[in-house]
Amino acid sequence: MPLDVGLQLEIERLHARYAHALDEDRLEDWPGFFTASGSYRIVTAENHAAGLPLPVLYADSRAMMRDRVASLRHANVYEPQRYRHLVAGALVEQRDPQHAGSVASFMVLRILQDGDTIVFASGRYLDRIVLAGEEGGPQYQERVVVCDSRRFDTQLAIPL
Amino acid sequence: MQIKSAARAWPEEGLTRVPYWVYQDEDLYRRELERIFLGPSWSFLCLDAELPDPGCFLTTSVGEMPVVVARDAGGVLRAFENRCAHRGALICPQARGRSERFVCVYHNWTYDLAGNLAHVAFRDGIGGKGGMAADACPESQAPAQLRVASFCGLVFGTLSAAAPALEDWIGPAIAPRVRRVMAGPARLLGGYTQLLHNNWKLYAENVRDTYHASLLHLFYTRFRINRLTQRGGLLVSEDGGHHTTYTLIDPADATNAYESERTRSAGSGGFRLEAPEFLEQVDELGDGVAIQILSLYPGFVLQQIKNSLAVRWLTPRGVGRTELHWACFGFAGDDEAMTARRLRQANLIGPAGFISMEDGAATSYVQRGVQAASGRASVVEMGGDAASSGDSRITEAAVRGFWKAWRRQMDL
Repeated sequence: MPLDVGLQLEIERLHARYAHALDEDRLEDWPGFFTASGSYRIVTAENHAAGLPLPVLYADSRAMMRDRVASLRHANVYEPQRYRHLVAGALVEQRDPQHAGSVASFMVLRILQDGDTIVFASGRYLDRIVLAGEEGGPQYQERVVVCDSRRFDTQLAIPL
Repeated sequence: MQIKSAARAWPEEGLTRVPYWVYQDEDLYRRELERIFLGPSWSFLCLDAELPDPGCFLTTSVGEMPVVVARDAGGVLRAFENRCAHRGALICPQARGRSERFVCVYHNWTYDLAGNLAHVAFRDGIGGKGGMAADACPESQAPAQLRVASFCGLVFGTLSAAAPALEDWIGPAIAPRVRRVMAGPARLLGGYTQLLHNNWKLYAENVRDTYHASLLHLFYTRFRINRLTQRGGLLVSEDGGHHTTYTLIDPADATNAYESERTRSAGSGGFRLEAPEFLEQVDELGDGVAIQILSLYPGFVLQQIKNSLAVRWLTPRGVGRTELHWACFGFAGDDEAMTARRLRQANLIGPAGFISMEDGAATSYVQRGVQAASGRASVVEMGGDAASSGDSRITEAAVRGFWKAWRRQMDL
């Protein structure tokens, strides 16, 4: 099958917009990258490979994602911090006329107020994408964030 | 950090003061590893269900000591130090797997599943040349073997011959509270680790601190998962080291809490939860307990938060660095709906947990806050100076219990 450059760019752009929203603390925009029944899961590569289902963070609807954001804004205590996402190497394939799949690598740096910067997480985004979502553009139907490491520094507050 | 010995005296107030040097002193830390973690305590190794068959093994740590846990050919659980008798290399670098024996990669020395040295490569040399003398005894440096015992599917090990039997060590106050959670054969759902930038004891205290729960973890209060007005209790073991705290399901929760919560606006101090269904608990243990947190000295936790079941355990990694491991489980007989419920409620716990993500931040704030205050002490006076069971959770009794056990063991 010939490379669909338009599709490739469209999905890479979706990944980039998603990453910028989180990195710029626009958490309220985060659920909008998903369909209403979309799901989001952070898992570890170790559990994933062993077929163990435990998520680190899990939302199986956009409502649960909005609850997560509300809790981060109004209930949870976490050290002031920012992320910087680097998303690369997206392998995109059209599954059917309405859907695409994507596997992309990510690295997330975590920057604390005092300047302390660490590689907070790395891994793969495994995505199922609806091509014509609510606003006409693509939306995630499922995003599984497979973290390479089983160990998380201090806490995982902001979604990856 | 060097602490002058004069500054190491415990404050005269006793258990209501905890001096900050206990979280900072390198020498003290090394003594703790020997006296506590390699001493007469039982350390959590794994769930029995993680090693179902002969030959299954996993690697873990007791204190900083690397340990292999394996099920031998006869089905007996064994644990031994992960250190080759020869040059001290790790015998088993894998996290888990299956094997009939362990072979150190460095010089091929071979061990059986109990950690006995079974074969030394070229021990007799080749063609009469080389090899070890006939009276050589490399076994004198063999890896230590632990006593292993299992209680309700939880596997513990100790290096101490003097430690009491596991169930006696857990004791009559706490053992029934372990038994009620471990209601059937466990099924592992997965695990992960949190790296905490604080001394291990700050987490051991945190988990015994019933006073902080609804004050630090605001999600509790917002959604009425636990308020200090809800009925519950606190049990502290005789020696102070273990504890259990529990909260009963509030009947108001079951009827209209979510509904009334939905009507509260962000401006009035609450916020609307759009999808509260994930919090719904099935009273699977049949005793009306919503939350039970249980600790065994020094670093083990058994958790029931609604239908989320997990064990947690600490590995100290230096005076100001600690790994907190989590393994979540259900039961072999769970149906699909129960598994789904446990996975959704896993949102409450772990590094991203709605009611647990704060703990790692708070304990690290203490480690940083006391950096220049080794001569000062924290105030642990909620509930007076007792270190015993009670029906109030506005108390630090279990924290004082921890220090009571620690001070006796450390002679401080």
